[in-house]
Amino acid sequence: MGLEEKLPDGILLASVEKIVNWTRKSSLWPATFGLACCAIEMMTFGAPRFDSARFGMEVFRPSPRQADLMIVAGRVSQKMAPVLRQIYDQMPDPKWVLAMGVCASSGGMFNNYAIVQGVDHVVPVDMYLPGCPPRPEMLIDAVLKLHHKIMNEPLGPKRAKRLEDQHVELVPSSQKFAR
Amino acid sequence: MTGPENPTDQPAGEVEKATVFSDAPADLPAPKHGMFGVEGSGDTTGFGGLVREPWNPPPAQRPYGGYFDEVVDALAAAYPQFDAAVEKVVVDRGELTLHVAREHVRELAQVLRDDPALRFELLSSVSGVDYLGTRNRLHAVYHLTSMTYRRRVRLEAAVSVEDPHLPSVTAVYPTADWQERETYDMFGIVFDGHPALTRILMPDDWDGFPQRKDYPLGGIPVQYKGATIPPPDERRAYR
Amino acid sequence: MREAPSRQTTEGKVYNVTGGDWEDVLGEIRDDRIVVNFGPQHPSSHGVLRLVFELEGETVTDCRPVIGYLHTGIEKNTEFRTWTQGVTFLTRADYLSSFFNETVYCLGVEQLLGVEAPARAQLIRVLMMEMNRVSSHWTTIGPTGMELGALTVMTNSMRAREKCLDVFELITGLRMNHAYIRPGGVAQDLPEDAPEKIRDWIKEMQRELAELDRLVGAQPIWVNRLKDVGWLGVDGCIALGITGPLLRAAGLPWDLRKTEPYLGYETFDFEVPTDDRGDSWSRFVVRVAEMHESLKIVEQVLDRLEPGPTMVDDPKVAWPAHLSIGPDGMGNSLEHVQKIMATSMESLIHHFKLVTEGFRVPPGQTYTTVEAPRGVLGAHVVSDGGTRPYRVHFREPSFVNIQCLPALVEGGLLSDVIPCIASVDSLMGGCDR
Repeated sequence: MGLEEKLPDGILLASVEKIVNWTRKSSLWPATFGLACCAIEMMTFGAPRFDSARFGMEVFRPSPRQADLMIVAGRVSQKMAPVLRQIYDQMPDPKWVLAMGVCASSGGMFNNYAIVQGVDHVVPVDMYLPGCPPRPEMLIDAVLKLHHKIMNEPLGPKRAKRLEDQHVELVPSSQKFAR
Repeated sequence: MTGPENPTDQPAGEVEKATVFSDAPADLPAPKHGMFGVEGSGDTTGFGGLVREPWNPPPAQRPYGGYFDEVVDALAAAYPQFDAAVEKVVVDRGELTLHVAREHVRELAQVLRDDPALRFELLSSVSGVDYLGTRNRLHAVYHLTSMTYRRRVRLEAAVSVEDPHLPSVTAVYPTADWQERETYDMFGIVFDGHPALTRILMPDDWDGFPQRKDYPLGGIPVQYKGATIPPPDERRAYR
Repeated sequence: MREAPSRQTTEGKVYNVTGGDWEDVLGEIRDDRIVVNFGPQHPSSHGVLRLVFELEGETVTDCRPVIGYLHTGIEKNTEFRTWTQGVTFLTRADYLSSFFNETVYCLGVEQLLGVEAPARAQLIRVLMMEMNRVSSHWTTIGPTGMELGALTVMTNSMRAREKCLDVFELITGLRMNHAYIRPGGVAQDLPEDAPEKIRDWIKEMQRELAELDRLVGAQPIWVNRLKDVGWLGVDGCIALGITGPLLRAAGLPWDLRKTEPYLGYETFDFEVPTDDRGDSWSRFVVRVAEMHESLKIVEQVLDRLEPGPTMVDDPKVAWPAHLSIGPDGMGNSLEHVQKIMATSMESLIHHFKLVTEGFRVPPGQTYTTVEAPRGVLGAHVVSDGGTRPYRVHFREPSFVNIQCLPALVEGGLLSDVIPCIASVDSLMGGCDR
């Protein structure tokens, strides 16, 4: 990813990595990819009761050029799959994908000709969130787990090699994610 | 027609589909046998011997009841080729269905819309049904609503897969534009005279007509906790 | 000055403009016509709707809607499931008015079966449908505000909708896609505190509607963006098959709850709001008025509720399980389990057969309609005598209503397209199914 590959490895990089990851996760701007029923729950996630602004995510950026996180909310039909891929390609790195709902994760209840059986056939997915539709609280849980994952992401390939045997524990959401 | 006692006598891979209507009294599809649609294994339940005859709704006898007589009489008076156009009148479950010959669909629609005694201004729905097993298996179903008289009527026209052409009613009811496109997309019924008959729900280069009965549902087998479950159209299921 | 590379196509000369070469292009073309693609991924397209515009400056000269980006094959899916399982699929067609999908399908199945849901079940159906109408209209007004730039309207509407979803969760267990209305009646009875909670809800809604009125009722920007935008008269509506708030905003009081009453709507006292302007502002006004009328109906239903069965009597049709909340969530109530395991062999057989095989519906076809928030929703249900539907087709108002978009939009400004789409209020899930 450009600059990160050129950074020297070491203790300095470890702290820089934590700072960079913290900035990335605390203002993770979602791209609007709301398709069906899950989109409505995603809208309520941005709405007052389940406020996404407290996570820095209230700006649902329609333009993929300005978005970090693509929340694929809803069933992806065969006609929509190329559009999905194009939007994903237009997003600049670093980017993450959250497959919201069972239809995005695996095709859901629609095991038929018209629905792509899981968006991981089209884009690489970082977090799967089952539910039909998942409650906004479940979406918050998925987002927080994604934050945790982002916090532990290695910065650049040198760090990735150093950390490749480490495993990120996804703690249950009953524990606080304060940092 | 006697059916096999044992479902394994049926040819492998061929699933019998039931049909409801027929075009001529002699052309009835095969009756359905068995309860589970099981092929290739022994059926010890005894339900394999069940035989269900297909349903052929009888033509309605006069008086039809309600406003149906008025509608049919007004249509017969307004449309001179009524006897050639309307092949069968069915009154079932409180609804009037006119089975029409395909050449007359557009003119019938025009008469139904314009005649002052009929005034079916609103075309509620154009859709298709695939009665697999009959000669003219693709049925286009038109639901008309008269807002003036608060009445409903259903027109049904049947075409075959080899010659699936029907005249389009878009000139009479502009709302049929997209609905006929959807019927074409899903069933392959070609509406002649339609301004732009292209696929509407499926991608433009899709092959096949999904809603036909011989088009598979298209699912994939699902793995769950070590077991694999076949997609819904290939599972063993009750009929 | 760079040169813009160009090539000839069937549509004419196409330029590849990369920057700094705009004068190049303008010098050659005589008309300012450009083709713009709007969607399917777009914040204002109300779902995955794609519009292809030909623009001359800011004026739209041609508009072609492209749909099908959410086609799910729901209708084909129902052919491989039992009649009751079909409800779970069809409820997700028009996912904001899920109770209407369920009801119209169940009315069709019941007409084929020749049964009628008991009185209490009918009242509960009316109750859920009217509450759904309110929540669906909130979800129309919210994104309308968001797309016009009035974000507070969006947050207020979502907040109001949350209160509706609280009541839905109390009664059905789910916030959306409930699968609550089943052939024969409803899945389970109302909980004891439901009438009281619903009465509180009515007061909340009246407060929210009053706040909406104070916020945008006379707000000059809101009014000017919606007034005289996207006009469609009664003749255009009927020719294009448009029903619902668009037809009523054009002046014709066509509401199936009054003209072809179902589920006892003829016994309720409510008005059908209409307006005579036929533009986006009228549609907004009609929707808000409909919400008020729905609240009236809900109140009347609550006054009329009598204890009674919520499922039809026929044990070969009625959904067998009585659900209740247990230590591990919602499931069959203990009384029901005791009955089928200990007391009545017949009940066990019925339960087993109904859940695995499903009931058989005598062959035939029906077309039933209800007045959904978006227009007339029709279900053409065909049975061949089996346990699975032979064909279910939904005449979705969303599908038919998008056809009027070119008529609303052509000749107007590009910025008027947004309130037009919002006022047509098509839900892509219903449109594409």
